[in-house]
Amino acid sequence: MENSIFLTILYAVISVIFITVYGLFLNGVVIKIVARVHGRFGPPVWQPFLDIIKNNAKRTMISHGIMYFLGPVFRITGGIGTYLFIPAIYGSVMFSNLSFSGDLLLVVYFIFFGQLGMALGAGESGHPYSAIGVSRGLSQMTAFEFPFALSIVSLVIQYQTLSISAIVAAQQGGILNWTMITNPLATLAGVIALLGMNMHSPFDIVIAPQEIPIGPPTEYHSAFLGMLQTNRAIFNAAKLILFMNIFFGGATNIFLLILKTFLIYMISVVIGVSFPRFRTEQSIRFFLKYPLLIGILSVVISIFRQGV
Amino acid sequence: MENNNKPVNLGLSAADRELFCEALPVVRKPLQNFIEKFLNWARANSLWILGFGTGCGAIELRPLMTSRYDMYRYGIAPRPTPRQSSVFIIGGYASVKTLKRIVRSYEQMQNPKFVIALGSCTINGGMYWDSYNTINRIDAYIPVDIYIAGCMPRPEAIIAGFGKLKELILAGKGEGANKYADNFEWYKANQRKIIKDWNMPDYNW
Repeated sequence: MENSIFLTILYAVISVIFITVYGLFLNGVVIKIVARVHGRFGPPVWQPFLDIIKNNAKRTMISHGIMYFLGPVFRITGGIGTYLFIPAIYGSVMFSNLSFSGDLLLVVYFIFFGQLGMALGAGESGHPYSAIGVSRGLSQMTAFEFPFALSIVSLVIQYQTLSISAIVAAQQGGILNWTMITNPLATLAGVIALLGMNMHSPFDIVIAPQEIPIGPPTEYHSAFLGMLQTNRAIFNAAKLILFMNIFFGGATNIFLLILKTFLIYMISVVIGVSFPRFRTEQSIRFFLKYPLLIGILSVVISIFRQGV
Repeated sequence: MENNNKPVNLGLSAADRELFCEALPVVRKPLQNFIEKFLNWARANSLWILGFGTGCGAIELRPLMTSRYDMYRYGIAPRPTPRQSSVFIIGGYASVKTLKRIVRSYEQMQNPKFVIALGSCTINGGMYWDSYNTINRIDAYIPVDIYIAGCMPRPEAIIAGFGKLKELILAGKGEGANKYADNFEWYKANQRKIIKDWNMPDYNW
């Protein structure tokens, strides 16, 4: 019994290292793609690694208080926590992480845990731009949570389970079994919510470059910023893996995982390079209009199909 | 001037005085081994700039971001806040009023930090050398790593300057922050000579 616990922990550590490296390279590749769209060359794909090393190697750090200190810690806990409760590769012992039945609700909770911790931390830094960024972020989060939660509810009714592993298992055996085909409305609502979560244009109102220079992390520097950047990579990849699992049939090996998450991320990136930024109220109204209706519709249809 | 025995931040009101740190900057010695070389390599290839665009030189910084010059391929990226930046660019002449802001921004940056000064005005005053309101040599107020001469330097010249800065960092000579901490009294005395109404903290955390 003890042996298996140590083995689980070892596998989880390997899994987290994998997701960190993959997430950072994914960010690097996306920076490169965006640069090519702009007609530039862009930095090398390992640039995110250099930035993190440099930030962690800064010799001085300034703290604005306890909550300021804990903000990045909560953020990275949220990122790693989200990832560890998602079975990354279906059927793999090493990459099944710490998932158990009933973990879908926990993951949905964990996705928002980091943001709330970060909001408290950024609030203590006392910078006006942080406060503006936090208020924007929380209001947008509240808005895109509606379609996301509704699509999750729809899936739970469809598959009659809260376990991500069981949802992935139900989708095995060809593309026709994927939720994308069997429940297209829930997938649509979920993917639109993902656009908001990924915070690419037009939903990048939190970071909002050139407007509120960088939003919540304005005062974060040195190793604090290094931690936030590491989390950005982990959290991003974790969200993509969650969406791959519940909507796009999961992955049975590492190459399929990389291919599918990359393609899912490309939805955000392509829309991001094509559209300018929304204003805050436009973004919130967007989520509370059609995505919300699609979500409600998908729940209603799921209920009727189950004959409840 | 100020040391640990004398009161500091006298330029501020009593209410504001508590908001700022009273500790002086300290010298942080670099490690003398291969780790520092590796870190210097990372620092040299990830230069986040804080553009201080009050002089006319700032107009030549903008094209660097565009697809024509594309500074990001060298790992040089603009950053909106002094806290996160590692390279401070003085964009040309500095008036007495802006010197205050230059000092405050520079002190908010974290060690190690580097300074690039653009144009002739930052070296000897340039065409404003006899103006009543500009300072002639920025090096007397904050430590400068690289000067890029010209009125104004072209974007190519600025990229060449960044190349020089990279060589400097790789050679372990980009220790401006330690130089500032070492000669803190001298720099502060120079700053006080120019800035008459010192209504800001003595050292900006």
